[in-house]
Amino acid sequence: MNPQLPIVDLLETLRLMLPELFLFLWALVVITVDLFSSRKNDSLVGYTALAGIVITGVLLTIAGDGVAFGAMFVNDPFSFAFKIIFLGTAFMAVGSSFGITKQKIQNHRGEFYGLILFSTVGMMFLASSHELVSLYIGLELTTIPLFVLAAFYKDDKMSVESGIKYFVIGAFSSAMLLYGFSFLYGMTGTTNLGQMSFNLAANHIAHQSSGFVMIIANVTILAGIGFKLSLPPFHQWAPDVYEGAPTPVAAFLSVGSKAAGLVAFTKIFLIGLWGYISIEMTPSDWGLMVGVMSAVAMIIGNIVAIRQTNIKRMLAYSSIAQAGYIMIGMIALNEHGISSVVFYTFVYLFANMGAFACVTIFEDKTGTTEIANYKGLAQTSPFFAALLAIFMLSLAGIPPLGGFMAKYKVFAAGINQASAFNVDWLYWLVGVGLLTSVFSLYYYVNVIKQMYFTKDASIYKMTFNPPVLTVLIICFVGIMVTGIYPEPVFEFANKVYSTFAFSILK
Amino acid sequence: MILSSLIFIPIIGMIIVMLLPKEKEDLIRYTAVGISIIPMLVSFWLTYDYFVNFSGSAAMAYMEGPFSWIPSLNVNYHLGVDGISVPMLALTGLLTTISLIASFSIKFRIKEYSAFFLLLEAGMMGVFVALDFFLFYVFWEIMLVPMYFLIGVWGGPRKEYAAIKFFLYTLFGSIFMLVAILIMYFTSDPHTLNMLELIEHGGTLSYTLQMVCFIFFFIAFAIKVPVWPFHTWLPDAHVQAPTAVSVILAAVLLKMGTYAMLRINWPMFPDALHSLSFWIALLGVIGIIYGALVSLAQKDLKKLVAYSSVSHMGYCMLALAAYSSTTAMAGVMFQMISHGLITGALFLMVGVLYDRAHTREIAAFGGLGAKLPVYTALMLMFSMAALGLPGMSGFVAEFMIFVGAFSQLNQYLVGISVLGVVLGAAYMLRMFQNVFLGEFNMAKWGHLTDINGRELLMVVPLAVLTLAVGIYPKPLTDLMSATLENLVQIMSR
Repeated sequence: MNPQLPIVDLLETLRLMLPELFLFLWALVVITVDLFSSRKNDSLVGYTALAGIVITGVLLTIAGDGVAFGAMFVNDPFSFAFKIIFLGTAFMAVGSSFGITKQKIQNHRGEFYGLILFSTVGMMFLASSHELVSLYIGLELTTIPLFVLAAFYKDDKMSVESGIKYFVIGAFSSAMLLYGFSFLYGMTGTTNLGQMSFNLAANHIAHQSSGFVMIIANVTILAGIGFKLSLPPFHQWAPDVYEGAPTPVAAFLSVGSKAAGLVAFTKIFLIGLWGYISIEMTPSDWGLMVGVMSAVAMIIGNIVAIRQTNIKRMLAYSSIAQAGYIMIGMIALNEHGISSVVFYTFVYLFANMGAFACVTIFEDKTGTTEIANYKGLAQTSPFFAALLAIFMLSLAGIPPLGGFMAKYKVFAAGINQASAFNVDWLYWLVGVGLLTSVFSLYYYVNVIKQMYFTKDASIYKMTFNPPVLTVLIICFVGIMVTGIYPEPVFEFANKVYSTFAFSILK
Repeated sequence: MILSSLIFIPIIGMIIVMLLPKEKEDLIRYTAVGISIIPMLVSFWLTYDYFVNFSGSAAMAYMEGPFSWIPSLNVNYHLGVDGISVPMLALTGLLTTISLIASFSIKFRIKEYSAFFLLLEAGMMGVFVALDFFLFYVFWEIMLVPMYFLIGVWGGPRKEYAAIKFFLYTLFGSIFMLVAILIMYFTSDPHTLNMLELIEHGGTLSYTLQMVCFIFFFIAFAIKVPVWPFHTWLPDAHVQAPTAVSVILAAVLLKMGTYAMLRINWPMFPDALHSLSFWIALLGVIGIIYGALVSLAQKDLKKLVAYSSVSHMGYCMLALAAYSSTTAMAGVMFQMISHGLITGALFLMVGVLYDRAHTREIAAFGGLGAKLPVYTALMLMFSMAALGLPGMSGFVAEFMIFVGAFSQLNQYLVGISVLGVVLGAAYMLRMFQNVFLGEFNMAKWGHLTDINGRELLMVVPLAVLTLAVGIYPKPLTDLMSATLENLVQIMSR
């Protein structure tokens, strides 16, 4: 298309890609710094990694919007929003892992942080890719470091099991995804998502039907992404992997990897297959299929979580349910839809990373993740207990915390679409979402009950190291701001919506 | 500003309390009471000022806003009061201070307790002044969290069960409200969450949609009232909660359900209201009779008062069904206020006895009248008020309700409901007889002391108000009449 890239364009391209390139190089720097830092009690590597993430964030604002490499690489508000979310996830995962790098993995700090950064680079490329091949590469760069990270406690059976499980499932789902891509390429003759959407629309108008191949492509791609998003029936890996993996890695998986799945879903279904779906979402489209998966995710996630005694498994099921809520926003193709997805993910970042940071602190101190051991913490560590309580209430969606605004926005999106186009099943989907959010309250406040409702004080007293304290404060402030004054975030989320093709139907 | 101050003074107070050192328990107690006195005085002044300047018209007074809060969701910060919210604000202000004085008997984790209590007050005030649906919902939900902690940490033996049951039950109701709010929002054009505008809009909706929204709102509010058969959380919560929390629960939280029906549910969906009024009256009558019969069988003093609440709130529902009668609507308001005063006082009195005797079992007592004369006199007065003795506020309320309901509703139904008064007398007198009359067990209860000064300070204002409303109800009627007439007109459209 453009065989000769002028030198000016090359510089422009580099500017657009600057954050990703920088973070990639910085990951190498982090590994190198580890070689020269002392083994015993040194947090230098961790701080280096944190600094790199912050600098990347600054570079992100410099990079700006634009298109490079013949529309393979696109920076727009959507990619910007998700890159911020990815960097935030990485920051919080690194920030909360100072405890474990001190105690458990002091010989491999460099690799640990380096792999987190590599995975983040993959997510950022994914957010900017506008084409199937680069999208796939981004997704692989995201997941492969995560396989290693999940198995990072190599002497711990659970961790190794978790790594293997994640690897097998991850490889399988990638294969499914690639298989689906091949159909899409076969049908449209292009890997560019914008062009694909156009070709599909033309095809759809010419034949009034996209045929059987389209259904296979839809199903296989949905299966592939379903694994990443842990949407039922592809969710079984999540609790085992979360339980076995180091807690900061589980946190990184639950937010970062899930957001990456959301990005991939948005790119393929909301951009690539845009010409194929109809706004009324007749049952032949992917809308109903995703709707069913979302409903099952909310039901299974929330009900099974009630029975969990391990807080990491509980959060795993909760994250399955949360993915279900987000998918409601994904299905609603109106002004509330995609912006609710962005807003929800943004709030989820704070609430879930905060909750996981608390779990990490507790695990570092006591070595357990059983909910029953949180008994009486409110009296020995009131600050810790109050924060964890706020994160739990936000996840449950109690106002005036961010989680409530997010759920409100998602449900508003669903009801809006349902009432505007008379899509009855969408009412039921929102109904399932609301009802299961009542169930979810039970297991979220169960943690609060353990911490607050006993007369005896706990035998443990929590202490915070500076990075994890920073993470907790950021999460707390994030939840409060998105709950009490969410307008700036909403405005940005609306800007994301306005860059999508279906916004012209407004 | 004045309405916002009712919400934000308690929140600032909560922050102040949280900053105090944990060990200085008395300081925390007095600070909390001191802070709660400010909104109380503000709400009293507001009532007086409203009575003098605004009670002649039905328009919203002291309006604040609408100030844009979240423009992308069309959410505004919009407050205002009229004749039905002003008395509720005064009730909330008064009962919060009294409850905080009653909370002096709480012995551990006082700092958290006081902070949660003030947050609860902010939520209650917010519900009574909000004119934006989103804001209303936020306040409605904010209250659940402190309530959950207050029951769960400081409650009785089965506190955990009672706390989670209360939380889940109310949240279950709230989701129906949320759906109805969203439907109202997206069917209005231009989209709005302003309650006053939506009252106009609701009447133009199709019959089916009106029915759906009406029933959804009704479920949310009926759980709070509680209307039979949604009442099962109430005895658990009341019995397990500490005294002060029971008082607030009975005196203010239950009123939020009936207040919300009057403010939102009834005027917004007139067609649905007209076709459902018989069923609402039926639920009310079942509540009256059922609550009274269950009270009759109670062995625990607090449970008896709790079930009598179900019965008394049933009168409210019965009167609410007679939507076209101003007398019945005034009866609803009177019953809300009078039940707040009387049942609040009864819970306080039960708490006073429990603090001394450490039991609430009716059969364990007998002949206390000889040993505790002042206490017995007050208890007698409140029992008589609860069973509707003329001269007390309960009588005025019940009389208005029966007069209003009889002219509008199925007369057999109203006739059955009058039985509730007889049953009410039966359970109250049985309780009084078993506890205060008869033989006194000197060995067991010889150590009991009579009601002390602090406790008198909490119940005497309620006694005075009960008598005042009962003997001269006119000022209160004048305060509300313009608003109620306007409401009746809207509801009968």
